[in-house]
Amino acid sequence: MAVRDDLVNTIAAFSLFADLSGPQLEEVAHLFDESFFGQGERILRQGVSGSGFYVILEGTAGIRVDNVDRSVLKAGDYFGEISCLLGEVPVADIVAQAPLRCLVLPAAQLEGFLTAHPRIMYRLLQGEARKLKNTTKWLS
Amino acid sequence: MQLSYSLSRLGIDHAVLSDDPAPGGMFRRWPVFQRMLSWTKPFTGVERHERAYERFDWNSLLADEASNRAVMPALMDGTSYFPSRPEMQKGLEAFAERTGIRVRHGTRWESTRREGEDFVLTTAAGDYRAPVVVFAVGVAQPYRPPITGLEQVPHYGDFRPVETYKDRRVFIVGKQNSGFEIATGLLPWARQLVLASPSPTKLSVNTRTLVGVRARYVQPYEDAALAGGVIILDATIEEVKKVGAAYQVRTRNPAGHELTMAADDVIAATGFVTPLRDLPLLGVATFGQSRLPAQTPFWESATVPGIFFAGTITQGSAGLKKHGIPSNSGAVQGYRYNARVLARHLAETQFGLRTPHPALEAASVVPYLLAELSHGPELWHQRSYLARVINLDRDRGITDEGILPLAHFIDQGGGDAVAVALESNGQGDPYPAVYLRRDGMMSEHLLAPHPLLQFEGPEHDRQLRDILDTVLSASASPA
Repeated sequence: MAVRDDLVNTIAAFSLFADLSGPQLEEVAHLFDESFFGQGERILRQGVSGSGFYVILEGTAGIRVDNVDRSVLKAGDYFGEISCLLGEVPVADIVAQAPLRCLVLPAAQLEGFLTAHPRIMYRLLQGEARKLKNTTKWLS
Repeated sequence: MQLSYSLSRLGIDHAVLSDDPAPGGMFRRWPVFQRMLSWTKPFTGVERHERAYERFDWNSLLADEASNRAVMPALMDGTSYFPSRPEMQKGLEAFAERTGIRVRHGTRWESTRREGEDFVLTTAAGDYRAPVVVFAVGVAQPYRPPITGLEQVPHYGDFRPVETYKDRRVFIVGKQNSGFEIATGLLPWARQLVLASPSPTKLSVNTRTLVGVRARYVQPYEDAALAGGVIILDATIEEVKKVGAAYQVRTRNPAGHELTMAADDVIAATGFVTPLRDLPLLGVATFGQSRLPAQTPFWESATVPGIFFAGTITQGSAGLKKHGIPSNSGAVQGYRYNARVLARHLAETQFGLRTPHPALEAASVVPYLLAELSHGPELWHQRSYLARVINLDRDRGITDEGILPLAHFIDQGGGDAVAVALESNGQGDPYPAVYLRRDGMMSEHLLAPHPLLQFEGPEHDRQLRDILDTVLSASASPA
């Protein structure tokens, strides 16, 4: 079904979904909700439970820990996976630096989604490995 | 109507324009099977004029005066706790008449422009100029996804009299409530029913929220599960092709397998979008399939200050959406409270009105908050979305700030304060949540659920006191 064509085209270009077929991309577009956040609005809140897994479609967001800006996320990046996977509250605020459009999946659905899509799980794992590598480099 | 009522009671001058000929909005026409999905329980152990009754009455608009509360139950014939469409329409008409809401019916909003600090709305009856405009235009414009051939089939809103589907094969595009509503109505008429969309059906009884198909419309699901003839497909619709007097529908599942089937009727139960006319040209950002305007926690356009929204469109202000559970802002029982909060917000921020913020004794805070958690209809209907907020300012004393959007409370910063909300995680019973802001730091505290949904007992009293004791003892006496 050609529903949400623009969305499917957008996520087809993201590395996280690079291994998916057309119907699988459409399935993702239907499974995730779309959210919009105005500039300055918080998406994840440090210490507040119940968040989800977000994939940025458009715009930029800052990672803020204890009110200190740490890093910037852009289209194709994702966040919230750590608190979803560990079942813990986020350890950082994510704040829209410009109008931000995201896909979002509730935490409770992430495990089922990843196990049903092993290639996305592998891509996510690669992303986590990159973050760990960067953090290790930074610490050393 | 709710916003107009609440603005009027605050003394805020305003004009209400409506293209409709009379009160009732979309309920003058839909739902197609003429019965609401929102209930009004007649017998609850709570007097109907009491605020606590609103928790059980999802359909009446809110009034300050007891005589105009709970309009709906008195108008229902008692055969169902879901009002019929005409009963719902009558309820809105009665509320408008009794409360003196003045609506300029038959006045169609045609276009919008900015002139200096004002917005100018063009209508056939002339221009209206105002610094603040609130749009409550519903999510009522039929939407068809760009599927080849789908433009030639009727939409949910074009549903024919049910008997015209007798002994026919009906293919329904869409597996949300509207699709299942039609399927339920056609069970005794259609020869075959197929419902198809890409993602699996969710059921509200499983999500424990209003997310998913409501129990009223689950019968086709059972029919499919028991192989009674209804077919439910998780598949994309590739093409709808007219072949003689019938159709051929080509589908494809996520594994890539194609399936083509014949149908006598195809119905697009594919939802609605928000009829925002030229507002996107003014810079109003929209999102999602329903093209909802993106909004702040106080339902102001996230991109064009001064443009606000009311009614079902307020679901575009998502709030915290904890555990992926949306607010009930898409339905009357949710957005009626948003409207009341918005009226107060507009009165205070746009018209300089200072509404009452009653002082509280420190000793009364815990029992008051537990009572609100147990009986406050705003908290029950708008979980994780609206909160009761108490200011714990050490200099100005303890004051009741009323009902506010929870996201606003958490994100705004400010002095010491506490907010309570009811929350759900989609798995168990709702439970109270406490958000304490102290010395600029926000902390979240989730209290235990209660099997009877009662939060005024000693256990919750102890839990809340443990959270608030130090800050309450540090707060000043009433101002």
